[in-house]
Amino acid sequence: MLELKNIDVFYGNIHALKNICLKVNQGEIVTLVGANGAGKSTTLKTISGLLKPKRGEILFNGGSINELNASDIVKLGISHVPEGRRIFANMTVMENLEMGAFIRDDSKNIEEDYEKVFSLFPRLNERRKQIAGTLSGGEQQMLAIGRALMSKPKLLLLDEPSMGLAPLIVKEIFSIIKNINALGTTVLLVEQNANMALNIANRAYIIKNGVIELEGDPKVLLNDESIKKAYLG
Amino acid sequence: MEQVFQQMINGISLGGIYALMALGYTMVYGIINLINFAHGDIYMVGAYVGFALTTFFNIGFLPALLISMAATSLLGIIIEKIAYKPLRKSPRITALITAISISLLLQYTMMYFVGPQTRTFPEVLESKSLKFLNGNVILDVKNIYIIAITLILMIALQFIVRKTKMGKAMRASSYDLEAAELMGVNVNKVISFTFAMGSALAGAAGVLVGIYYNTINPLMGSLPGLKAFVAAVLGGIGAIPGAVLGGFSLGIIETIVSANGGSVFKDAVAFLILILVLLVRPNGLLGKTAKEKV
Ligand SMILES: Nc1ncnc2c1ncn2[C@@H]1O[C@H](COP(=O)(O)OP(=O)(O)O)[C@@H](O)[C@H]1O
Ligand SMILES: [Mg+2]
Repeated sequence: MLELKNIDVFYGNIHALKNICLKVNQGEIVTLVGANGAGKSTTLKTISGLLKPKRGEILFNGGSINELNASDIVKLGISHVPEGRRIFANMTVMENLEMGAFIRDDSKNIEEDYEKVFSLFPRLNERRKQIAGTLSGGEQQMLAIGRALMSKPKLLLLDEPSMGLAPLIVKEIFSIIKNINALGTTVLLVEQNANMALNIANRAYIIKNGVIELEGDPKVLLNDESIKKAYLG
Repeated sequence: MEQVFQQMINGISLGGIYALMALGYTMVYGIINLINFAHGDIYMVGAYVGFALTTFFNIGFLPALLISMAATSLLGIIIEKIAYKPLRKSPRITALITAISISLLLQYTMMYFVGPQTRTFPEVLESKSLKFLNGNVILDVKNIYIIAITLILMIALQFIVRKTKMGKAMRASSYDLEAAELMGVNVNKVISFTFAMGSALAGAAGVLVGIYYNTINPLMGSLPGLKAFVAAVLGGIGAIPGAVLGGFSLGIIETIVSANGGSVFKDAVAFLILILVLLVRPNGLLGKTAKEKV
Protein backbone atom coordinates (compact mmCIF):
# COMPACT_ATOMS: atom_id res chain seq x y z
CA MET A 1 0.00 0.00 0.00
CA LEU A 2 2.73 2.44 1.04
CA GLU A 3 6.35 2.20 0.12
CA LEU A 4 9.25 4.52 0.91
CA LYS A 5 12.21 3.94 -1.38
CA ASN A 6 15.62 5.32 -0.40
CA ILE A 7 14.28 8.51 1.13
CA ASP A 8 16.66 11.31 2.16
CA VAL A 9 15.35 14.36 3.97
CA PHE A 10 17.24 17.46 5.07
CA TYR A 11 16.49 20.40 7.33
CA GLY A 12 18.90 22.89 5.83
CA ASN A 13 22.21 21.15 6.41
CA ILE A 14 20.87 18.63 8.88
CA HIS A 15 20.55 15.25 7.24
CA ALA A 16 17.49 13.97 9.14
CA LEU A 17 16.56 10.84 7.16
CA LYS A 18 19.16 8.69 5.46
CA ASN A 19 18.16 6.26 2.76
CA ILE A 20 14.93 5.22 4.48
CA CYS A 21 13.13 2.20 3.05
CA LEU A 22 9.85 1.21 4.60
CA LYS A 23 6.73 -0.67 3.56
CA VAL A 24 3.19 -0.82 4.88
CA ASN A 25 0.82 -3.45 3.54
CA GLN A 26 -2.93 -3.12 3.42
CA GLY A 27 -4.59 -4.03 6.71
CA GLU A 28 -1.45 -3.94 8.83
CA ILE A 29 -0.44 -2.04 11.89
CA VAL A 30 3.19 -1.15 11.31
CA THR A 31 5.15 0.62 13.97
CA LEU A 32 8.24 2.76 13.67
CA VAL A 33 9.98 3.05 17.01
CA GLY A 34 13.08 4.89 18.10
CA ALA A 35 14.47 7.34 20.61
CA ASN A 36 13.78 11.05 20.69
CA GLY A 37 15.29 12.78 17.66
CA ALA A 38 15.68 9.59 15.66
CA GLY A 39 13.62 10.86 12.73
CA LYS A 40 10.19 9.37 13.37
CA SER A 41 8.18 12.56 12.99
CA THR A 42 10.26 13.56 10.00
CA THR A 43 9.32 10.28 8.34
CA LEU A 44 5.60 10.85 8.84
CA LYS A 45 5.80 14.48 7.72
CA THR A 46 7.54 13.37 4.56
CA ILE A 47 4.83 10.82 3.82
CA SER A 48 2.03 13.32 4.38
CA GLY A 49 3.72 15.94 2.23
CA LEU A 50 4.66 18.51 4.87
CA LEU A 51 8.30 17.88 4.00
CA LYS A 52 9.77 17.06 0.60
CA PRO A 53 12.43 14.39 0.28
CA LYS A 54 15.64 15.38 -1.44
CA ARG A 55 16.09 11.92 -2.88
CA GLY A 56 13.98 8.82 -3.19
CA GLU A 57 10.40 8.00 -3.96
CA ILE A 58 7.20 7.44 -2.02
CA LEU A 59 4.59 5.19 -3.58
CA PHE A 60 1.02 4.99 -2.39
CA ASN A 61 -1.15 2.33 -4.00
CA GLY A 62 1.31 2.25 -6.85
CA GLY A 63 1.44 6.00 -7.59
CA SER A 64 4.26 8.35 -6.69
CA ILE A 65 3.19 10.94 -4.11
CA ASN A 66 6.41 12.64 -3.10
CA GLU A 67 5.78 15.60 -5.43
CA LEU A 68 2.27 16.26 -4.12
CA ASN A 69 1.17 18.89 -1.60
CA ALA A 70 -0.06 17.84 1.80
CA SER A 71 -3.59 18.92 0.94
CA ASP A 72 -3.65 16.62 -2.11
CA ILE A 73 -2.18 13.67 -0.26
CA VAL A 74 -5.08 13.68 2.23
CA LYS A 75 -7.44 13.37 -0.71
CA LEU A 76 -5.68 10.18 -1.79
CA GLY A 77 -6.49 8.63 1.58
CA ILE A 78 -3.55 9.27 3.90
CA SER A 79 -4.44 11.03 7.13
CA HIS A 80 -1.76 12.24 9.53
CA VAL A 81 -2.34 12.73 13.26
CA PRO A 82 0.64 14.95 14.08
CA GLU A 83 2.82 14.86 17.16
CA GLY A 84 1.38 16.96 19.97
CA ARG A 85 -2.16 16.47 18.57
CA ARG A 86 -2.37 19.91 16.96
CA ILE A 87 -6.13 20.18 17.33
CA PHE A 88 -7.71 23.56 16.57
CA ALA A 89 -7.93 24.66 20.18
CA ASN A 90 -9.94 27.78 19.31
CA MET A 91 -12.73 25.76 17.72
CA THR A 92 -15.34 23.41 19.15
CA VAL A 93 -15.07 19.63 19.11
CA MET A 94 -17.67 19.53 16.35
CA GLU A 95 -15.87 22.15 14.28
CA ASN A 96 -12.65 20.18 14.58
CA LEU A 97 -14.42 17.14 13.19
CA GLU A 98 -15.89 19.28 10.42
CA MET A 99 -12.37 20.36 9.52
CA GLY A 100 -11.44 16.69 9.42
CA ALA A 101 -14.12 16.22 6.77
CA PHE A 102 -12.94 19.27 4.85
CA ILE A 103 -12.12 17.36 1.66
CA ARG A 104 -15.51 15.67 1.52
CA ASP A 105 -18.83 16.93 0.22
CA ASP A 106 -21.06 13.93 0.77
CA SER A 107 -22.84 15.62 3.63
CA LYS A 108 -25.18 12.75 4.38
CA ASN A 109 -22.38 10.24 4.90
CA ILE A 110 -20.42 12.82 6.86
CA GLU A 111 -23.25 12.96 9.39
CA GLU A 112 -23.04 9.19 9.79
CA ASP A 113 -19.30 9.33 10.20
CA TYR A 114 -19.57 11.86 13.02
CA GLU A 115 -21.65 9.28 14.82
CA LYS A 116 -19.07 6.59 14.11
CA VAL A 117 -16.36 8.78 15.63
CA PHE A 118 -18.56 9.43 18.64
CA SER A 119 -19.16 5.74 19.11
CA LEU A 120 -15.40 5.14 19.04
CA PHE A 121 -14.86 8.05 21.46
CA PRO A 122 -17.96 8.42 23.63
CA ARG A 123 -16.18 11.06 25.73
CA LEU A 124 -16.22 13.37 22.73
CA ASN A 125 -19.94 12.88 22.25
CA GLU A 126 -20.69 14.59 25.55
CA ARG A 127 -18.45 17.47 24.57
CA ARG A 128 -19.56 18.30 21.03
CA LYS A 129 -19.97 22.02 21.69
CA GLN A 130 -16.97 22.37 24.00
CA ILE A 131 -13.99 24.44 22.87
CA ALA A 132 -11.32 21.90 22.01
CA GLY A 133 -8.60 23.73 23.93
CA THR A 134 -10.43 23.01 27.18
CA LEU A 135 -10.37 19.22 26.72
CA SER A 136 -7.99 17.06 28.74
CA GLY A 137 -4.86 15.72 27.06
CA GLY A 138 -6.39 12.32 26.46
CA GLU A 139 -9.57 13.79 25.03
CA GLN A 140 -7.52 16.04 22.76
CA GLN A 141 -5.68 12.99 21.44
CA MET A 142 -9.01 11.28 20.83
CA LEU A 143 -10.23 14.35 19.00
CA ALA A 144 -7.08 14.44 16.89
CA ILE A 145 -7.60 10.82 15.89
CA GLY A 146 -11.33 11.31 15.33
CA ARG A 147 -10.64 14.37 13.21
CA ALA A 148 -8.19 12.39 11.09
CA LEU A 149 -10.75 9.60 10.63
CA MET A 150 -13.29 12.06 9.26
CA SER A 151 -11.41 12.18 5.97
CA LYS A 152 -12.07 8.43 5.62
CA PRO A 153 -8.41 7.50 5.30
CA LYS A 154 -7.13 4.25 3.91
CA LEU A 155 -3.90 4.78 5.81
CA LEU A 156 -3.70 6.47 9.20
CA LEU A 157 -0.37 7.94 10.33
CA LEU A 158 -0.14 8.32 14.11
CA ASP A 159 2.70 10.29 15.67
CA GLU A 160 3.22 9.41 19.34
CA PRO A 161 -0.41 9.19 20.42
CA SER A 162 0.73 8.21 23.92
CA MET A 163 2.77 11.35 24.47
CA GLY A 164 2.21 12.94 27.86
CA LEU A 165 -0.79 10.79 28.77
CA ALA A 166 -1.49 8.74 31.88
CA PRO A 167 -0.98 4.96 31.48
CA LEU A 168 -4.67 4.19 31.75
CA ILE A 169 -5.55 6.61 28.93
CA VAL A 170 -2.69 5.27 26.83
CA LYS A 171 -4.15 1.81 27.19
CA GLU A 172 -7.55 3.07 26.14
CA ILE A 173 -6.14 4.83 23.10
CA PHE A 174 -4.11 1.83 21.99
CA SER A 175 -7.13 -0.41 22.21
CA ILE A 176 -9.04 2.09 20.06
CA ILE A 177 -6.19 2.06 17.54
CA LYS A 178 -6.52 -1.71 17.31
CA ASN A 179 -10.22 -1.23 16.89
CA ILE A 180 -9.77 1.27 14.07
CA ASN A 181 -7.44 -1.16 12.34
CA ALA A 182 -9.90 -4.00 12.77
CA LEU A 183 -12.53 -1.84 11.08
CA GLY A 184 -10.34 -1.69 7.99
CA THR A 185 -7.92 1.22 8.29
CA THR A 186 -4.24 0.50 7.80
CA VAL A 187 -2.07 2.10 10.49
CA LEU A 188 1.49 3.39 10.60
CA LEU A 189 2.22 4.10 14.25
CA VAL A 190 5.24 6.07 15.42
CA GLU A 191 6.14 5.71 19.09
CA GLN A 192 8.79 6.28 21.69
CA ASN A 193 6.68 4.14 23.96
CA ALA A 194 8.03 1.02 22.24
CA ASN A 195 6.44 -1.58 24.51
CA MET A 196 2.89 -0.53 23.83
CA ALA A 197 3.49 -0.08 20.11
CA LEU A 198 5.28 -3.38 19.63
CA ASN A 199 2.44 -5.10 21.43
CA ILE A 200 -0.22 -4.13 18.93
CA ALA A 201 1.83 -4.05 15.72
CA ASN A 202 2.09 -6.68 12.99
CA ARG A 203 5.52 -5.48 11.90
CA ALA A 204 8.06 -3.08 13.27
CA TYR A 205 10.95 -0.89 12.19
CA ILE A 206 13.56 0.59 14.47
CA ILE A 207 15.03 3.94 13.54
CA LYS A 208 18.15 5.57 14.98
CA ASN A 209 19.81 8.79 13.89
CA GLY A 210 17.81 8.87 10.68
CA VAL A 211 18.67 5.32 9.68
CA ILE A 212 16.43 2.26 9.75
CA GLU A 213 18.45 -0.15 11.85
CA LEU A 214 16.15 -3.13 12.05
CA GLU A 215 12.97 -4.52 10.67
CA GLY A 216 11.11 -7.44 12.12
CA ASP A 217 8.47 -9.22 14.08
CA PRO A 218 7.47 -7.04 17.03
CA LYS A 219 7.16 -10.05 19.35
CA VAL A 220 10.77 -10.95 18.68
CA LEU A 221 11.99 -7.41 19.16
CA LEU A 222 10.02 -7.12 22.39
CA ASN A 223 11.80 -10.07 23.92
CA ASP A 224 15.29 -9.11 22.84
CA GLU A 225 16.90 -7.23 25.72
CA SER A 226 19.97 -6.22 23.71
CA ILE A 227 17.84 -4.53 21.06
CA LYS A 228 15.86 -2.70 23.70
CA LYS A 229 19.05 -1.44 25.28
CA ALA A 230 20.65 -0.40 22.02
CA TYR A 231 17.79 1.41 20.34
CA LEU A 232 14.84 2.04 22.53
CA GLY A 233 16.55 3.60 25.57
CA MET B 1 -24.55 65.95 27.68
CA GLU B 2 -25.33 66.89 24.07
CA GLN B 3 -21.59 67.17 23.58
CA VAL B 4 -21.12 63.60 24.69
CA PHE B 5 -23.79 62.29 22.32
CA GLN B 6 -22.39 64.21 19.41
CA GLN B 7 -18.90 62.96 20.10
CA MET B 8 -20.13 59.39 20.38
CA ILE B 9 -21.81 59.67 16.96
CA ASN B 10 -18.66 61.08 15.39
CA GLY B 11 -16.41 58.68 17.26
CA ILE B 12 -18.39 55.62 16.26
CA SER B 13 -18.40 56.70 12.61
CA LEU B 14 -14.65 57.21 12.59
CA GLY B 15 -14.16 54.08 14.67
CA GLY B 16 -16.16 52.01 12.19
CA ILE B 17 -13.76 53.05 9.46
CA TYR B 18 -10.75 52.12 11.58
CA ALA B 19 -12.41 48.86 12.50
CA LEU B 20 -13.05 47.90 8.87
CA MET B 21 -9.39 48.47 8.11
CA ALA B 22 -8.12 46.86 11.30
CA LEU B 23 -9.96 43.68 10.32
CA GLY B 24 -7.79 43.36 7.23
CA TYR B 25 -4.57 43.77 9.21
CA THR B 26 -5.66 41.28 11.78
CA MET B 27 -6.91 38.60 9.38
CA VAL B 28 -3.78 38.69 7.26
CA TYR B 29 -1.58 38.68 10.34
CA GLY B 30 -3.57 35.76 11.74
CA ILE B 31 -2.75 33.62 8.74
CA ILE B 32 0.73 34.56 7.57
CA ASN B 33 2.10 36.69 10.44
CA LEU B 34 2.64 39.63 8.14
CA ILE B 35 1.80 43.24 8.95
CA ASN B 36 0.58 44.26 5.53
CA PHE B 37 1.72 47.86 5.48
CA ALA B 38 0.19 48.33 2.05
CA HIS B 39 -3.25 47.90 3.58
CA GLY B 40 -3.82 51.65 4.03
CA ASP B 41 -3.05 52.17 0.37
CA ILE B 42 -5.56 49.56 -0.69
CA TYR B 43 -8.05 51.70 1.19
CA MET B 44 -6.84 54.70 -0.79
CA VAL B 45 -7.35 52.82 -4.05
CA GLY B 46 -10.85 51.92 -2.89
CA ALA B 47 -11.58 55.60 -2.32
CA TYR B 48 -10.35 56.49 -5.81
CA VAL B 49 -12.34 53.74 -7.47
CA GLY B 50 -15.42 54.98 -5.63
CA PHE B 51 -14.60 58.53 -6.63
CA ALA B 52 -14.16 57.62 -10.30
CA LEU B 53 -17.36 55.62 -10.42
CA THR B 54 -19.52 58.26 -8.79
CA THR B 55 -17.91 61.25 -10.51
CA PHE B 56 -17.28 60.07 -14.07
CA PHE B 57 -19.75 57.27 -14.47
CA ASN B 58 -22.56 58.66 -12.34
CA ILE B 59 -22.98 55.38 -10.58
CA GLY B 60 -25.00 55.42 -7.39
CA PHE B 61 -23.43 55.12 -3.99
CA LEU B 62 -24.23 51.48 -3.18
CA PRO B 63 -23.20 49.98 -6.54
CA ALA B 64 -20.06 52.10 -6.43
CA LEU B 65 -19.30 50.76 -2.97
CA LEU B 66 -19.69 47.16 -4.13
CA ILE B 67 -17.61 47.65 -7.26
CA SER B 68 -14.86 49.33 -5.23
CA MET B 69 -14.87 46.40 -2.83
CA ALA B 70 -14.57 43.96 -5.72
CA ALA B 71 -11.74 45.99 -7.24
CA THR B 72 -9.74 46.23 -4.03
CA SER B 73 -10.23 42.56 -3.23
CA LEU B 74 -8.78 41.74 -6.63
CA LEU B 75 -5.91 44.14 -5.96
CA GLY B 76 -5.28 42.43 -2.62
CA ILE B 77 -5.17 39.01 -4.25
CA ILE B 78 -2.74 40.22 -6.91
CA ILE B 79 -0.43 41.90 -4.40
CA GLU B 80 -0.29 38.75 -2.33
CA LYS B 81 0.42 36.53 -5.33
CA ILE B 82 3.12 38.74 -6.79
CA ALA B 83 4.80 40.27 -3.76
CA TYR B 84 4.23 38.14 -0.67
CA LYS B 85 3.77 34.59 -1.86
CA PRO B 86 7.36 34.19 -3.09
CA LEU B 87 8.54 35.32 0.35
CA ARG B 88 6.54 32.93 2.50
CA LYS B 89 9.58 31.06 3.64
CA SER B 90 11.80 34.14 3.94
CA PRO B 91 12.56 35.90 7.20
CA ARG B 92 9.71 38.09 8.38
CA ILE B 93 11.69 41.28 7.98
CA THR B 94 11.97 40.63 4.23
CA ALA B 95 8.21 40.46 3.84
CA LEU B 96 7.78 43.52 6.04
CA ILE B 97 10.16 45.59 3.91
CA THR B 98 8.36 44.35 0.81
CA ALA B 99 5.04 45.45 2.29
CA ILE B 100 6.42 48.94 2.86
CA SER B 101 7.68 49.02 -0.72
CA ILE B 102 4.29 47.97 -2.04
CA SER B 103 2.75 50.74 0.02
CA LEU B 104 5.01 53.34 -1.60
CA LEU B 105 4.48 51.79 -5.01
CA LEU B 106 0.71 52.11 -4.71
CA GLN B 107 0.92 55.68 -3.43
CA TYR B 108 3.19 56.95 -6.16
CA THR B 109 1.64 54.96 -8.98
CA MET B 110 -1.67 56.50 -8.05
CA MET B 111 -0.06 59.92 -7.84
CA TYR B 112 1.47 59.43 -11.29
CA PHE B 113 -1.92 58.77 -12.82
CA VAL B 114 -4.21 61.12 -10.90
CA GLY B 115 -1.79 63.80 -9.73
CA PRO B 116 -0.95 64.74 -6.16
CA GLN B 117 -3.83 67.15 -5.64
CA THR B 118 -6.71 66.54 -3.32
CA ARG B 119 -9.99 65.69 -5.01
CA THR B 120 -13.45 66.45 -3.80
CA PHE B 121 -15.77 63.51 -3.51
CA PRO B 122 -19.19 64.25 -5.01
CA GLU B 123 -22.20 64.52 -2.75
CA VAL B 124 -23.60 61.09 -3.49
CA LEU B 125 -25.90 61.03 -0.49
CA GLU B 126 -28.57 63.62 -0.02
CA SER B 127 -27.43 65.94 2.69
CA LYS B 128 -30.09 65.45 5.27
CA SER B 129 -29.68 65.23 8.96
CA LEU B 130 -31.70 64.45 12.00
CA LYS B 131 -31.51 66.83 14.90
CA PHE B 132 -31.98 65.82 18.51
CA LEU B 133 -32.02 67.62 21.81
CA ASN B 134 -33.02 71.02 20.47
CA GLY B 135 -30.72 70.70 17.50
CA ASN B 136 -27.64 70.29 19.60
CA VAL B 137 -27.02 66.75 18.46
CA ILE B 138 -26.84 66.21 14.71
CA LEU B 139 -27.11 62.81 13.20
CA ASP B 140 -26.18 63.20 9.56
CA VAL B 141 -27.34 60.77 6.88
CA LYS B 142 -23.66 60.10 6.25
CA ASN B 143 -23.19 58.93 9.82
CA ILE B 144 -26.14 56.63 9.49
CA TYR B 145 -24.76 55.15 6.28
CA ILE B 146 -21.29 54.67 7.70
CA ILE B 147 -22.49 53.05 10.88
CA ALA B 148 -25.04 50.87 9.11
CA ILE B 149 -22.65 49.71 6.41
CA THR B 150 -19.90 49.03 8.91
CA LEU B 151 -22.25 46.90 10.96
CA ILE B 152 -23.61 45.03 7.95
CA LEU B 153 -20.11 44.24 6.72
CA MET B 154 -19.04 43.05 10.14
CA ILE B 155 -22.05 40.80 10.45
CA ALA B 156 -21.39 39.43 6.97
CA LEU B 157 -17.77 38.80 7.87
CA GLN B 158 -18.77 37.09 11.08
CA PHE B 159 -21.17 34.87 9.15
CA ILE B 160 -18.50 33.93 6.61
CA VAL B 161 -15.90 33.17 9.24
CA ARG B 162 -18.22 31.20 11.52
CA LYS B 163 -20.51 29.37 9.15
CA THR B 164 -18.92 28.82 5.76
CA LYS B 165 -16.42 26.13 4.92
CA MET B 166 -13.88 28.64 3.66
CA GLY B 167 -14.32 30.76 6.79
CA LYS B 168 -13.75 27.78 9.04
CA ALA B 169 -10.70 26.85 7.01
CA MET B 170 -9.50 30.39 7.58
CA ARG B 171 -9.92 30.16 11.32
CA ALA B 172 -8.26 26.77 11.41
CA SER B 173 -5.37 28.04 9.30
CA SER B 174 -4.86 31.04 11.48
CA TYR B 175 -4.59 28.76 14.47
CA ASP B 176 -2.30 26.19 12.86
CA LEU B 177 -1.47 26.43 9.18
CA GLU B 178 0.26 23.08 8.98
CA ALA B 179 -2.54 21.22 10.74
CA ALA B 180 -5.04 22.86 8.39
CA GLU B 181 -2.99 21.64 5.47
CA LEU B 182 -3.21 18.13 6.87
CA MET B 183 -7.01 18.44 6.73
CA GLY B 184 -6.72 19.03 2.99
CA VAL B 185 -7.05 22.81 3.17
CA ASN B 186 -5.36 24.46 0.22
CA VAL B 187 -3.30 27.08 1.99
CA ASN B 188 -2.87 29.22 -1.11
CA LYS B 189 -6.62 29.49 -1.53
CA VAL B 190 -7.13 30.42 2.10
CA ILE B 191 -4.47 33.10 1.94
CA SER B 192 -5.95 34.55 -1.27
CA PHE B 193 -9.37 34.50 0.30
CA THR B 194 -8.09 36.28 3.38
CA PHE B 195 -6.47 39.01 1.33
CA ALA B 196 -9.63 39.34 -0.75
CA MET B 197 -11.82 39.81 2.29
CA GLY B 198 -9.48 42.15 4.12
CA SER B 199 -8.94 44.27 1.02
CA ALA B 200 -12.66 44.45 0.25
CA LEU B 201 -13.27 45.82 3.74
CA ALA B 202 -10.46 48.35 3.26
CA GLY B 203 -11.99 49.36 -0.09
CA ALA B 204 -15.33 49.90 1.61
CA ALA B 205 -13.65 51.98 4.30
CA GLY B 206 -12.04 54.10 1.57
CA VAL B 207 -15.35 54.88 -0.07
CA LEU B 208 -16.98 55.63 3.28
CA VAL B 209 -14.20 58.03 4.17
CA GLY B 210 -14.64 59.66 0.80
CA ILE B 211 -18.27 60.43 1.46
CA TYR B 212 -17.66 61.33 5.09
CA TYR B 213 -14.80 63.79 4.72
CA ASN B 214 -15.36 64.56 1.01
CA THR B 215 -11.69 64.73 0.15
CA ILE B 216 -9.26 62.14 -1.09
CA ASN B 217 -5.63 62.15 -2.16
CA PRO B 218 -3.01 59.53 -3.04
CA LEU B 219 -1.34 59.67 0.37
CA MET B 220 -4.58 59.52 2.35
CA GLY B 221 -3.97 55.89 3.29
CA SER B 222 -0.78 56.15 5.24
CA LEU B 223 -1.94 57.76 8.48
CA PRO B 224 -5.28 55.96 8.77
CA GLY B 225 -3.44 52.78 7.79
CA LEU B 226 -1.07 53.18 10.71
CA LYS B 227 -3.93 54.05 13.04
CA ALA B 228 -5.92 51.02 11.97
CA PHE B 229 -2.82 48.97 12.63
CA VAL B 230 -2.74 50.46 16.13
CA ALA B 231 -6.42 49.58 16.48
CA ALA B 232 -5.65 45.98 15.52
CA VAL B 233 -2.82 45.82 18.07
CA LEU B 234 -5.03 47.43 20.70
CA GLY B 235 -7.69 44.76 20.15
CA GLY B 236 -5.11 41.98 19.97
CA ILE B 237 -3.61 41.33 16.56
CA GLY B 238 -4.98 38.15 15.02
CA ALA B 239 -8.28 38.39 16.89
CA ILE B 240 -11.23 39.41 14.71
CA PRO B 241 -13.48 40.72 17.52
CA GLY B 242 -10.40 42.52 18.83
CA ALA B 243 -10.05 44.48 15.60
CA VAL B 244 -13.64 45.68 15.87
CA LEU B 245 -13.26 46.66 19.51
CA GLY B 246 -9.90 48.30 18.88
CA GLY B 247 -11.23 50.25 15.89
CA PHE B 248 -14.24 51.65 17.70
CA SER B 249 -12.21 52.42 20.83
CA LEU B 250 -9.61 54.30 18.85
CA GLY B 251 -12.22 56.27 16.89
CA ILE B 252 -14.03 57.30 20.06
CA ILE B 253 -10.87 58.19 21.98
CA GLU B 254 -9.54 60.21 19.09
CA THR B 255 -12.80 62.12 18.72
CA ILE B 256 -13.01 62.87 22.43
CA VAL B 257 -9.43 64.11 22.53
CA SER B 258 -9.83 66.36 19.54
CA ALA B 259 -13.18 67.73 20.73
CA ASN B 260 -11.69 68.67 24.08
CA GLY B 261 -9.03 70.98 22.85
CA GLY B 262 -6.60 68.31 21.84
CA SER B 263 -7.07 68.42 18.11
CA VAL B 264 -3.38 69.12 17.66
CA PHE B 265 -2.64 65.86 19.44
CA LYS B 266 -5.30 63.73 17.86
CA ASP B 267 -2.89 61.93 15.58
CA ALA B 268 -0.44 61.40 18.41
CA VAL B 269 -3.08 59.72 20.54
CA ALA B 270 -3.07 56.57 18.44
CA PHE B 271 0.65 56.15 18.83
CA LEU B 272 0.53 56.88 22.52
CA ILE B 273 -2.00 54.07 22.77
CA LEU B 274 0.30 51.82 20.78
CA ILE B 275 3.15 52.42 23.17
CA LEU B 276 0.93 51.89 26.20
CA VAL B 277 -0.52 48.66 24.82
CA LEU B 278 2.90 47.31 24.01
CA LEU B 279 4.11 48.15 27.51
CA VAL B 280 1.11 47.06 29.52
CA ARG B 281 -0.71 44.43 27.53
CA PRO B 282 1.22 43.39 24.45
CA ASN B 283 -1.43 40.83 23.47
CA GLY B 284 -4.07 43.52 23.25
CA LEU B 285 -7.52 43.62 24.78
CA LEU B 286 -8.84 40.38 23.29
CA GLY B 287 -5.62 38.77 22.12
CA LYS B 288 -4.57 35.44 23.49
CA THR B 289 -1.10 34.80 24.74
CA ALA B 290 1.09 34.23 21.75
CA LYS B 291 1.04 30.58 20.89
CA GLU B 292 4.39 29.05 20.28
CA LYS B 293 4.81 27.70 16.80
CA VAL B 294 7.06 24.67 17.00
N1 LIG C 1 12.28 21.95 11.96
C1 LIG C 1 13.48 21.39 12.15
N2 LIG C 1 14.60 22.09 11.84
C2 LIG C 1 15.82 21.52 12.00
N3 LIG C 1 16.02 20.30 12.47
C3 LIG C 1 14.95 19.56 12.79
C4 LIG C 1 13.63 20.07 12.65
N4 LIG C 1 12.76 19.13 13.05
C5 LIG C 1 13.51 18.06 13.43
N5 LIG C 1 14.82 18.32 13.28
C6 LIG C 1 15.92 17.40 13.56
O1 LIG C 1 15.75 16.22 12.81
C7 LIG C 1 16.01 15.08 13.58
C8 LIG C 1 14.81 14.17 13.62
O2 LIG C 1 13.76 14.80 14.31
P1 LIG C 1 12.31 14.17 14.49
O3 LIG C 1 11.90 13.56 13.21
O4 LIG C 1 11.44 15.19 15.06
O5 LIG C 1 12.62 13.04 15.57
P2 LIG C 1 11.61 12.15 16.41
O6 LIG C 1 10.23 12.41 15.94
O7 LIG C 1 12.06 10.75 16.16
O8 LIG C 1 11.81 12.53 17.84
C9 LIG C 1 16.44 15.58 14.96
O9 LIG C 1 17.83 15.60 15.02
C10 LIG C 1 15.89 16.97 15.01
O10 LIG C 1 16.71 17.79 15.81
MG1 LIG D 1 8.68 13.17 16.98
